[in-house]
Amino acid sequence: LGLALYAGSLCAVGDATFLYHDYCVLGAGPAGLQAAYFLQQAGRDYVVFERSHAPGSFFALYPRHRKLISINKQYTGKSNSEFNLRHDWNSLLSHDRRLLFRRYSRDFFPAADTMVRYLEDFASLLELRVQYNTAIVHVTLERDGQAWNGHYFLLTDQDRKNYKCSSLLVATGTWVPNVVNFPGSEYVEGYETVSINPEDFAGQTVLILGRGNSAFETAENILGVTNFIHMVSRSRVRLSWATHYVGDLRAINNGLLDTYQLKSLDGLLEGDLEDLAIVKDRKGKLHITLRFYLENRNFSAGIDSITLPQDELDNFATRAPYDRVIRCLGWKFDFSIYNRSLNLMPGKGNIKKYPQIKPSYESKGTRGLFVLGTASHSVDFRKSAGGFIHGFRYTTRAVHRLLENRHHGVPWPSTVSPITQLTNSIIKRVNEASGLYQMFSVLADIILLRENATAFEYLEEYPVGILAELEIQTGRKAPNGLFVIIMEYGRNFSGADKDVFYYNRAVGEAQHAWQSNFLHPVIYYYKHLPTEREMRLRPPEWPLPRPDAIHHIVEDFLTEWTAPNAHILPLRRFLENCLGTDLRSFFAESCFLFAFTRQKLPAFCQQGYVRMQGLLGSEGLRRHAVQAGLLQDYTPTDSSGDRPPDSHDRSQDQLLRDHVIPVRPLQHLVNAKDE
Amino acid sequence: MPAHEDGWVSSFVFLLFCASSLPAWGRAGLLQEQSPQHYFRSLEAGRASLAFFTHPVSPGAQPFLEQIESSAEVLQDYGISVVKVHCPKQDVSRYCGKENVLRKAYLFRGNLLIREFPTDALFDVNSIVSNVLFALLFNEVKYVQTLADLQNTENVLKGRSNMVFAYVPATGTAEHRAVMEAAFVYGTTHQFVLTTEAALLKATGNDDADVSSAWLLFCHCQRATDPAQPCRRTALGQPLTLLNIHRHLKLMGAPLVTEVAEDPEKVSTVHLQLGLPLVFILSQKDTYEADRRTAEFVAWQLLGKAGVALLSRDFVDLNVLHRSNVALKTPEEGAPIQYLVLEDTDEVITLVEDKSKVKQIQEEEEEEEDEDEKENNNQDIQDDQVVEAVSRDKKRELPLEQILVLTEETFHSSLSEASRTVVLFYASWEAVSLAVLRSYSEVADHLKGTPGVLLSRVNCWDWPGICTQENVTQFPTIKIYGKGEQSVTYDGMWGTEELTSFILLSRVSCPLRLATMDEAEGYLRGEFPSELSSYHHTSLLGVFSSATSKVSKAFEEAGNILSGHVRMGMYFEDDAMALSHKYSVSPPALLLARSGARSVEGISLSKQSVQDMVQMIRYELLDIFPEITVQNLPQYLQLTRPFLILFSDGAISQMESKEMLKLAKGRPQQTFVACWLNLKKTPVGYGILRTYFATVPSLPVLVWVNLHAGGQVFKFPSEQSITEVNILSWLERLQAGLEIPSSTLSEEDWKPPLPAYDFLQMMEAAVPELPLHSSHSPGDNPAQHPLQSPGGDPAIREEPSQETAAKKVVSPGRDLRGTALRLAAREKQGKRHSEL
Repeated sequence: LGLALYAGSLCAVGDATFLYHDYCVLGAGPAGLQAAYFLQQAGRDYVVFERSHAPGSFFALYPRHRKLISINKQYTGKSNSEFNLRHDWNSLLSHDRRLLFRRYSRDFFPAADTMVRYLEDFASLLELRVQYNTAIVHVTLERDGQAWNGHYFLLTDQDRKNYKCSSLLVATGTWVPNVVNFPGSEYVEGYETVSINPEDFAGQTVLILGRGNSAFETAENILGVTNFIHMVSRSRVRLSWATHYVGDLRAINNGLLDTYQLKSLDGLLEGDLEDLAIVKDRKGKLHITLRFYLENRNFSAGIDSITLPQDELDNFATRAPYDRVIRCLGWKFDFSIYNRSLNLMPGKGNIKKYPQIKPSYESKGTRGLFVLGTASHSVDFRKSAGGFIHGFRYTTRAVHRLLENRHHGVPWPSTVSPITQLTNSIIKRVNEASGLYQMFSVLADIILLRENATAFEYLEEYPVGILAELEIQTGRKAPNGLFVIIMEYGRNFSGADKDVFYYNRAVGEAQHAWQSNFLHPVIYYYKHLPTEREMRLRPPEWPLPRPDAIHHIVEDFLTEWTAPNAHILPLRRFLENCLGTDLRSFFAESCFLFAFTRQKLPAFCQQGYVRMQGLLGSEGLRRHAVQAGLLQDYTPTDSSGDRPPDSHDRSQDQLLRDHVIPVRPLQHLVNAKDE
Repeated sequence: MPAHEDGWVSSFVFLLFCASSLPAWGRAGLLQEQSPQHYFRSLEAGRASLAFFTHPVSPGAQPFLEQIESSAEVLQDYGISVVKVHCPKQDVSRYCGKENVLRKAYLFRGNLLIREFPTDALFDVNSIVSNVLFALLFNEVKYVQTLADLQNTENVLKGRSNMVFAYVPATGTAEHRAVMEAAFVYGTTHQFVLTTEAALLKATGNDDADVSSAWLLFCHCQRATDPAQPCRRTALGQPLTLLNIHRHLKLMGAPLVTEVAEDPEKVSTVHLQLGLPLVFILSQKDTYEADRRTAEFVAWQLLGKAGVALLSRDFVDLNVLHRSNVALKTPEEGAPIQYLVLEDTDEVITLVEDKSKVKQIQEEEEEEEDEDEKENNNQDIQDDQVVEAVSRDKKRELPLEQILVLTEETFHSSLSEASRTVVLFYASWEAVSLAVLRSYSEVADHLKGTPGVLLSRVNCWDWPGICTQENVTQFPTIKIYGKGEQSVTYDGMWGTEELTSFILLSRVSCPLRLATMDEAEGYLRGEFPSELSSYHHTSLLGVFSSATSKVSKAFEEAGNILSGHVRMGMYFEDDAMALSHKYSVSPPALLLARSGARSVEGISLSKQSVQDMVQMIRYELLDIFPEITVQNLPQYLQLTRPFLILFSDGAISQMESKEMLKLAKGRPQQTFVACWLNLKKTPVGYGILRTYFATVPSLPVLVWVNLHAGGQVFKFPSEQSITEVNILSWLERLQAGLEIPSSTLSEEDWKPPLPAYDFLQMMEAAVPELPLHSSHSPGDNPAQHPLQSPGGDPAIREEPSQETAAKKVVSPGRDLRGTALRLAAREKQGKRHSEL
C-alpha cells in the first residue's frame, strides 16, 4: 500500500507528464520530516522532495563548528514525557519513544552530526516518503477550478521531471547566505567556507561582520589564538537571556563579550556594513575605510591614494589592519524557484529574509502554499520559538490540523468534558503542555463553552493569530464564549536593554499575578469570538484583543502551577466568575443535603453525585473538612432537649447560608494563637 | 416618647384619684385650721387625718409647719386630711395639754389614734407622706427584718398572689414614699414587703447591690408552684420613683406573651403605650408549639424591657422574607417594623437590651468586612471543602503498600500478571482524585489477600501517555482490566464500600451462566458462586427457553453494562421450564431474590432493547420503602418523584414501618418515593430538618418534599398518628392544595462564592495609556464586564492598584529572605473560610 501511494498517480496535462500527490513537501529537514510524519499518520497522499541524498543536509554543514545550541536535557526530575519536551529542543514529535533526542546524545549541547543521524532515523524508522536527490528548481501554478485551492502546484526538478500537487508545504528553511556588497567585499571570507581550524588564525587579527550566534560561534572558536577579534554590526548585541528569544546571542557563545568587557583586546563596534569598504595593502593586510571616501577615487591610483578614516580621525577605532574579515550574517529564504504567479514575496524590515505569510502559515500570495519550519519564523520573529525545531514542530502540527479540516473535513481534535473538569483541564495543560510553553504567545489552547456552561470543548495549540477564523479553520463552533490559554512573559520584562535581574523581579502573591515577569499562563475570556477587526486593532505587544476578563496564574519558580491556594484557587474563582457558577467540589454528604434542601445543585453534585458518582470521602478527610469549617458535622453532641429551641449552635446552618459570615470561634482560635 | 409619657402620666393621676376616693370637701384651704373641739367632732369613721396641735405662740415650730402645709396637698390625694388644731390657752386636754405638744403629730383613723409621730421624723414632705402611709397601710405593706420572715411571706403567697419586695436604706426617704404611694394603689392586688435590712437585700440575690440605694423586685409568686424554689423575680432596673414602680407593676401585670393574629402594624400593647418595644416571634402552624416556648423564654428574659408577641404567619399575609423569624416594633410613631432573621434568642435579647450596642457591633463587623475587602476579600482563602480537606491531610503518609504503582514501562506487563487488575488513574495535584486515593487505600486494605485481584494506580501527572492511551479524560478514573476482556470503567460512588463491592462482584461474569438446576437454586439462595456467598446482594436470574434468544441477548448485554453493580445470572438449559414452573413464571422471565427476603419474585421479561432492560433491572432493584442514605439517594432521585420521608432518630418502630410499607406497596404507579431516614446513621438529616423547620421538630416526623417540582415541603401533623389512612387523607388534602407548605426549597442558582481578582481593571489602572478600549466594538459597554465590581468608580478603583504597587515592593518574589517573611505574614492571616 505504501509503495502504491508512493508511486502516486500519473496524469497527463498537455505534453508533460506529472506525478501527482495531494501534498508536496519541499525539504527533508526537521520541518519537512515533521510535516511528513503528520501526513503519514493521517494517511494522506504526500511526498517530500529533498535535493540532497539524506535528510537534514543543512545540519550536515551547519553550524560550522558542529555544536548545536539547542538544549538536550537528560533529566528534569519528572517522568512526564510531555513536560520533558519543554526541555528537549531537538526531538521531533512522534509516537515513537525511540525518537527522543536524548537517546541520541548525552550532551547538553549536542553535536550537529547527531542531528543528522537523528533526522535520518526519523525518516527511516517512521518510513516517511522522502524522494532524495530531487532538487525542485521551479514551482508554478496551474489554474483549475476543481483543485482544492483553485490551482495546482506544478513542480519541476533538476532532471526536468514534473510533479503536480494540490497543496505545497515549503520547508526549505533559510539556507541562502546573506551577503553584503561593498567595495572590497571580495576580501571577505564567508561563514560557509571559512576555516574552522583555530591553528589557521594563530597570531592573526580578525574582523567579524555580524553579531548573531554564528558570528559569536566563529569568534568563540578562535578567541584563544588570535591577536584580537573585532565584531561589527549595525545593531547592538541582543542577549537571549535578556530578550527571552532563543535566536539572540546565547550565553554559550558569548565568550567574546567577556573578553571585550574585561579589556582583553577583543571588541564590539556598531556601524552600518553598507557604509564600509575594505582595502588591501601591499602586505595583504585589510584596512577598513568608508565607502564614501572611495566614491570619487580612481582605484587605479592604488592603496596609497585612498583616504583611511584615521587620516582624519587619528583615533579611529578600527584603524588597526586586519588579517582576515569573516562574514557571519546568517541566511535567507530561497525565493528563486517560485514563479512570479505565486507572488511569494519577502517580508519587510527585519523579516525580509522570510517569505510573507499569514498567521495561519499560509502564503499571503498563494492559497494552498504553506511555509513551515525556519522559513515561517516571520510570524513570531524575535518573539517566540517558531524558527527553531522546538517551536516549529508544534506549528507544523497546527498547520497539519488546519489542512485536515480544510481538505478532509476532519475537525480540529478536541475533547468534550463536563464543566467540573474545567479547572483541572487548564491546570493539567499549563503544567505539562510543551507546545504552549515553547510557542508561548503564538499557540494557545482554546476552550469553547457549550450552552449553559455545563460542558466545554478543549482544543489544543491553535495559532492565536487566526483566532477570529476559529470556526472555519477548526470546524468547531464557538457560540457561547471561549477561553484562550496562552503563556506570556511580563509585558515589559524582555528586551535587549532590559535588566532582567532587578531586585523583586518575581511576583509571589497570586493577587499580583498580572505583574508576573517570567513565563506564566494567562487566560483570556471572550463572550464572543473576537472579529478580524478586533484582532487587527489589538493593543501593541498584545497577542490578543482586549478580553472580557483576564487571568494570570502567578509565575512560579518551578513552573509547577499546582499549588491549591496560589494557583488553582484564583483560577477557579476566575472561571467561576466568567461562567457565573460555583465550581467547587463537594463531598457526597454535602450534595445529599443540597439535594434535599435546594432546588438546584452545584455542577459538581449535578454531574457527579446525582449520576451516582458522589465523592464519599474517607472519614479522615471528612474530619478535616469539618475542622476547616467547610463541612457541618450534624452528629448530635448532647441529648439535652430542654434548651430553648433557637439556641442551637450558631454554626449549624452554615452550609445553607448565603452570605459569608466568618466563623467566630475559629477566628478566635487563630487570634489567640497569634497573641 | 414624650407624647406617650405624658399620656400615661395623666392616666396615672386619674387612676390615683379614683383609688383614693376623692375627699368630700374641696381642695381649697388644704391645711385646715380648727379648734380641738371642732376637730374631734368632725372626725369621721374610717377617715384618716393627721393632726398637730399648736399654741398661739410657738415660734419654734415654724419650719415644721411649712413642711406639713406642703404635704397636706399630697396627703389629701390619699384621703388624709391635715389639720392644724389651735389649742386654746390653758387647755390641758389630752393633746393640747402636753408640754411637748408641738414636737408631735397625731394620725387618726376616725377617732382612733393610730400613731403619733415625733416632728423630727416628719422633716420633709417625703418623710411625712411615707410615714403616714406606712402607718396607714400596715396590713398592705409588711415590714420584714429577717430572711425567714421574707421566705415565710413568700411561701404563703405562692400560688395565690404576687409580691412586691422593696428595700429602702431608710424610712422616710423619697424611695420609701414612692413604695408607699404605690402600695396605696396596688396594695390590694400584690403583697408589698418592705425592709431596711441590707442583709436581706443581699439574700435576695443582689450581692453587689449598693446598700445605699433602694431596690425593688417583683416576685411572680402567683405562678410559682414549687414550694422549694423561690418565686421568679423581676427587678426594677430603674430608680425607685412612683412612676417607675407603676410602670413596672403595670408591665408585670401584662400577659407574658400576647398572641396576635393581625398585621403587626396594627398591634398595640401596654408595652408600646409605655414606650417599650414589642418583639414579634413569627410563627407557623407547624412550629407553633416550639415558637411558643421560644416566645415565653424570650419574654421572661425581656420582662420589663420589652413585650413579646407571638404572631402566626398562617393567619397574616406578611409581605416579608420567608426566612424572617423575628419582628421588632418600636414605640416611636411611624417607625417601620423591622423584620429580622436571627439565629438564637440571645440575639433577640441583645437586640432589645442594647439596640445601640447591636448597631455598634454591626458597624464594627461591617468595618471588618470592609477591611477584608480592601485587603483581599477572602478570595485567597480556600472554600472548597474537598481541596481543603485534602491539603490538610497532605502530610499524612498514606498506607499505599498494597497498591502497585504502574509506569509507562510496567503498565502493560502488569495487566497480564493478575487475572484482574484494578487501576486508579489520578493526578497527584488534583484534590478529588487524591480524596479517592484515600478511599482506594482502604479498599486495598479490605481486599488484602483476595486472590486474583491486583490493585494498582497510575499518576497521570507522571505518565500522561498511558492516561491518554487509556482514554482517561477526567480525574479520577478507575478501570478494571481482566485478561482477554475489555476494560470496565467504574461508574459508581467514590466510596470504599461501593468500590470494594464493585471489584468483588465484577470478578464473576455478568450475567453468570448457570449450568444446572442446583446451581440456579444455589444462586438464588446466594450460595453460588462461592466467592460471592459472603456478600449480600439481591440476586437476579434470567430464565430463558432457547427460543427467546433476542431477549436473552438483551439480558446479556444489560449484564455487561450493570457488571459490578448487580448480581445477575442466566439459565437457559432444557429444564428451564421446570425452574419457571417452580416460581410460576413463563420464560423469558426474571427471578429476583432480594437479600434478606426469603421469597423469590418472578417478573416476565418483555423488553428487548438493552437500555430498557437496564432501566427495568435498575428499577426492580429499588426498595419499596428504603432507608435513604447518602449512598443510595441518587438511585431514587432518578425517579424524579416527590419524596415522602419519615425522619427518625434511630430505627423506626414496627408500627410505622408496617404502615409505611402498606402505603408504599399500595402506591399507584410510582407517584412518590416513600422512604425513611435514620438520623443516627445519616446525621446530615438534621441539617435537612433545620432547613425545613428552622428547628428540629419532635421525632419521628413525616415530611413530603416536592424535590423536582416547586420544592414545597409539607409536614405531616404531629398530632396525628402515622397510619396509612391518615397519611393518605393528608396526601389528598395536600394534593388538593389544602395544606400550607412549611417551607419552600431555595431556587437560588449556584453563583460564584466570591469574586475573582480583576486583573483587567488593574492592568488598565496601571497602564492607562494602553489603548485597550480601541479594540472594542462601540456597542460593548464596559459596564457589562462580568468581573466589574458593583458600584466601583474609577477613582476608587485606582486605590488597590496603588496599594498593590506598594505591596509589591515589600513582597519579594524569589528572594528567599522574603519568603520567610511572607510565610510569617500568611500565618498571621491564616483564617479559613467558614462558609460555602
